[in-house]
Amino acid sequence: MNRPGWGALPWRRWGLLAALALALAAAPLVLAPYAVTTLTRILVFALLAVSLDLLVGYTGLPSLGHGAYFGVGAYAAGWVAIHATASAPVTLAVAAAAGGLVAVFAGLVAVRARGVYFLMLTLAIAEIVQQLAESWHDVTGGSNGLYGIPAATLGGNALVGDQPVYWWVLAVFAAGILVLRAIAASPLGDTLRGICDNEARMRALGYRVYLYKLAAFVIAGSIAGLAGGLLAAQQRLVTPGDLGLGTSIPALLAVIIGGEGSLWGPCFGAAVVIVIRDYLGSTLGGHGSLLLGVVFVAVVYLLPGGLARAIRGRT
Amino acid sequence: MPAWLDTHLVSLLNGLAIGCLLFILAIGLSLVFGMMDVLNLAHGVLFLTGAYLAWSIAGADPSWAGFLAAIAAAAAVGALAGAILSLGTERLARRSHLDQALLTLGAALIAADALSAAFGDDVHAVNPPPGLDGSILLFGKAYPVYRLSLIAVGLALAGAVHWIVERTSLGALVRATVADREMVSAIGVDERVVKVVVFAIGSTLAAVAGVLGAPVYGAGPGLDAAVLILALVVVVIGGLGSVRGALVGALIIGQIETLGRALFADLASFVLFGALALVLIVKPKGLFADSGRSRS
Repeated sequence: MNRPGWGALPWRRWGLLAALALALAAAPLVLAPYAVTTLTRILVFALLAVSLDLLVGYTGLPSLGHGAYFGVGAYAAGWVAIHATASAPVTLAVAAAAGGLVAVFAGLVAVRARGVYFLMLTLAIAEIVQQLAESWHDVTGGSNGLYGIPAATLGGNALVGDQPVYWWVLAVFAAGILVLRAIAASPLGDTLRGICDNEARMRALGYRVYLYKLAAFVIAGSIAGLAGGLLAAQQRLVTPGDLGLGTSIPALLAVIIGGEGSLWGPCFGAAVVIVIRDYLGSTLGGHGSLLLGVVFVAVVYLLPGGLARAIRGRT
Repeated sequence: MPAWLDTHLVSLLNGLAIGCLLFILAIGLSLVFGMMDVLNLAHGVLFLTGAYLAWSIAGADPSWAGFLAAIAAAAAVGALAGAILSLGTERLARRSHLDQALLTLGAALIAADALSAAFGDDVHAVNPPPGLDGSILLFGKAYPVYRLSLIAVGLALAGAVHWIVERTSLGALVRATVADREMVSAIGVDERVVKVVVFAIGSTLAAVAGVLGAPVYGAGPGLDAAVLILALVVVVIGGLGSVRGALVGALIIGQIETLGRALFADLASFVLFGALALVLIVKPKGLFADSGRSRS
């Protein structure tokens, strides 16, 4: 049950956290536009990774299909922005609701399984969602994707340009992290940790494990949908690739590389993954996933528990 | 012949052919997981490797010699890759099953990227070898000979695997390891050797399935993930470590993939998901899983 990082932060760490928040908020004032876009992508992806960590690190449910809920959120936000309103809070609320709703149906089936079995099921379900996105032309635009998403508006002002989008993403990211932290520190979080550590015992204590797992799955799906809504607001284009393995695998890599069961670990992992895939990948002639695979294998072999445990072990 | 059967005969036969191919692919996945608790996520890449070998060795219009050489090469590459994966995951044997699955996922990423670097992003079509590249009339419909031979090969392989697993001493060892690995180890069998052998055989079958599937699916990026997921669904439906389960699951998924698409068009994905959900709700361990065994 002792997993530092998600629990109560010692007070002296608040200073560090405040400094980090300030640095993130001030970053677009000093960084080049390309770096700001990359940082935005990292924040979106980090929110996805942390929501996945609620399943992988917390509840012991390794999902290899978390991109599905992210993508569903992105499609929902994009569709609402095109057909109804581009109001940023509304699109995000719809995105989170859509991600959560799909997670309810998927979770009813998936959380019956455990361990690697769960991994297979989430993978299969996500693939089916992706096929749906490719074949449901009227809503999703098929394999061309959903394009022409208008810029999100906030209080009547359109969020145009790198900096406003970045700040909006940063604000929602911070809110999402706070929500996940509150859940982790709540009795629900304790129960989930208990299920992860010893499911049979929790069951014997009278906990309805199935419902708790389903709750975790739906919350994680909903936050992933929220992150998807941010993606739609940022790139203003959603394609079936956004909800396939091309998203799910990097998200799981981010959690494993960063260290499951810690809050900042997956965020850091997300940064590593995005930098390798989008930045180093283009300089290596498009072989980002090769490098990603090598880093991943190295982490699995050499750093069980990811960077978070490696650093924690040293201090 | 009833009108319905007349209309859908081609879909039914296609489903049978794809089911047979899926069986060859899924049986290795099922046995490795059933025996060793290692989920090999590189299984799809092995299939794709076989498909690329078919294209690069035999070419787009293969001769029989080329096609058979491609099968032999795929078998060798598959066996080698399986042995490497087996030894690689063995080093993580003391850790969770998830870590072993993640290792194979990392290996799959590396291999898939290497393949796309070597063969580009185009889909390469491969024709069946001569003699099998035509069509014959079947109840008044033209049907590709290659797919009929795929059905024959698949059923023959299913029979052979069934015979080996159920009737030979090697098969007894395999079944015993699925049932109780510790006991097999306790009576003096080195389970690591069993694991390497089974892993190598399963990977060989996956790579050979890739060669056999090349005239149907071609060879191109993304195929690895597509077949991996179909194989996983087959294994989940059939039950882990069961030969019969893999065969029945493969035939069901083969029909859903073809007849389902013919009948329901856009809804085929839902039919696939529906079948999966139904089986898991009715029999959570799969249709043919041994009931006496608990596995996390």
